[in-house]
Amino acid sequence: MKSQSSCPQCGAPVEFLFSNAVQTTCPYCSSILVRTDLDLKRVGEMSDIAADASPIQMRTEGIYRNKAFQVVGRIAYVYEGGNWNEWHLGFQDGTSGWLSDAQLDYAISFPVKDHPRIPPASNVGRGWRMKIRDAELTVTTITKARYGGVEGELPFEYWDKTEMVFADLRSASRGFGTIDYSEDPPLFFLGEAVEFDELKLRNLREFEGW
Amino acid sequence: MTPAKPRIKPRALECPNCGSAVALRGMMHSLNAVCPNCMSVLDVQHEQVQILQKYAGKTAYATPLVPLGSRGKLEGAQFEAIGFQVRRIVVDGTPYEWREYLLFNPYKGFRYLSEYDGHWNIIRTVPGMPTFGNIDGRKAALWQGEGFKHFQHAQAVTVFVLGEFPFQVRNGDQATVDDYIAPPKVLSSEIIPGEINWSIGEYKTGVEIWQAFQLPGSPPAAQGVYANQPAPPELKSSAWSALGAVVVLEAILFVVLVGSMLFMGNENVFKQSYYFRANAPGEQSFVTPVFELKGRPTNVEIDLETNLRQNWAYFSMALINEQTGQAWDFGREVSYYSGSDWNEGSSSDSVRVPTVPAGRYYLRMEPEMDPKPVDTYTTGPREMTYTVTIKRDVPALWPILLAMLLVPIPALFRFGKKASFESLRWAESDYGSATGSGDDEDE
Repeated sequence: MKSQSSCPQCGAPVEFLFSNAVQTTCPYCSSILVRTDLDLKRVGEMSDIAADASPIQMRTEGIYRNKAFQVVGRIAYVYEGGNWNEWHLGFQDGTSGWLSDAQLDYAISFPVKDHPRIPPASNVGRGWRMKIRDAELTVTTITKARYGGVEGELPFEYWDKTEMVFADLRSASRGFGTIDYSEDPPLFFLGEAVEFDELKLRNLREFEGW
Repeated sequence: MTPAKPRIKPRALECPNCGSAVALRGMMHSLNAVCPNCMSVLDVQHEQVQILQKYAGKTAYATPLVPLGSRGKLEGAQFEAIGFQVRRIVVDGTPYEWREYLLFNPYKGFRYLSEYDGHWNIIRTVPGMPTFGNIDGRKAALWQGEGFKHFQHAQAVTVFVLGEFPFQVRNGDQATVDDYIAPPKVLSSEIIPGEINWSIGEYKTGVEIWQAFQLPGSPPAAQGVYANQPAPPELKSSAWSALGAVVVLEAILFVVLVGSMLFMGNENVFKQSYYFRANAPGEQSFVTPVFELKGRPTNVEIDLETNLRQNWAYFSMALINEQTGQAWDFGREVSYYSGSDWNEGSSSDSVRVPTVPAGRYYLRMEPEMDPKPVDTYTTGPREMTYTVTIKRDVPALWPILLAMLLVPIPALFRFGKKASFESLRWAESDYGSATGSGDDEDE
């Protein structure tokens, strides 16, 4: 369901690809816009996301578990080992998912609300375990990251963050989880590692010589 | 509308140490790159290139067999060799070096290619945390339901780097490496401070790598048996196909055996006892009464049972068809000698005539014995009683039983060859001294 409004800053038409989006960016004036009941409210200005070499871009399309999705938004992060992206996926049934792309290692995850209580970041280190929905997950990395910018539509309000901590969890199979300590209480995402090919991605970036 | 982004180009930069051009093939994923001229390790993550490590060793310490910049087809896509490391482990005071290539595809990501003594592996990171267990009493790692036996534990040191990497790399980097195998796969853990990284490799031959990368010439020959090298298919399949053949042949032989026992007539057609004395005067030959052989043409067995002791007897016989006169001539020698703790020969014998048609038959018999005078020390009596039994359609069981015994031998031989392949494999592991470790690695 597409819907259209106009940017309160520059008046340009702002199209929503994803009906449940809460936030978007104006592609013309880079304003960060939040949906209210009536119209769009400008809450800030998008900073330039540092150039990276992800093959994924806004409006990349793909299929996960027989459900088509489109990349409608993005949160970029920077850490000492480089950068990574959390691409916001709008599925055809109105649900939200995330495709994380860290140096071309891909994972798909979904927000989980009914997770067990998560201790504060200071109490969670490598090897910390949690059980959720038959999955046994172990924290494999703790990443201190900086906010690298947002783009497009997001299912929540999210901008202008500074330092944040993530705990990545893995299972004995392809299971994948992330604790996002940028909110209080922390957000939890559950999913799995995926192969590039299995998502049947279209509308990708092009690389010279490839 | 998001404006279309321009195509991404490879980046080039200048070495801050020697000014040489450094081509970057890994797009913006590379954190470190090595200057091909002065071998300095550079931080290329930001516009401002920093020198991370200067190199004092031999600049041509090793030449990649797969040149950096060459592309090969793997998993149905092109991957470009962009990085190269030589890593070393020391086992019992002996250094062993292997070479690791970093391969890159801007969509599918990174793979590794390792080479040791002409053995190759295509390796990728494991997106998860294998667990530990054990297989046949040996430490093992489990990943996605598959078990890998522990093979080797070692401290690896990076001794030479070339090209670029999406992670930090320096000469002298150390890692604790453990390899677990399930040929043709190998699961490895590398522990560096604060991190454990798992990867999974699959064995490839030099020829496969040469074909994938279209390299000129031929690959170096593989030496010995490598950790996760699969048993050569001909060895493996010959062992298993031989086993399959054994099962089939044994089943057929068993059916023949049971069928013979159940369905062959094994009919007694004649039985008579006779007395014979060696020095009796006159003609010793005689004919038996006529007996009838029925049914399809099949065998006839003549059993001779005597009470011979310390003597021999020879029976000339002829099976004669009363109607046609057709005759089968044959002879049998029976001898039996014994002492207080030994014996030799047998007092009975039998002879089988194959494929005798139905009809009325008689047997012509002419026995003989040692005609010399009695010497009780060396020979027995000069007389005997003997029984002639004639049987029709006798199942031939023991050739079948013999065949059943012989049939598995070639398969055992082939399994033996496979077992020696396995012991060569394990000889290179931490468990090398363990004998009988030629476990079967087959599914």
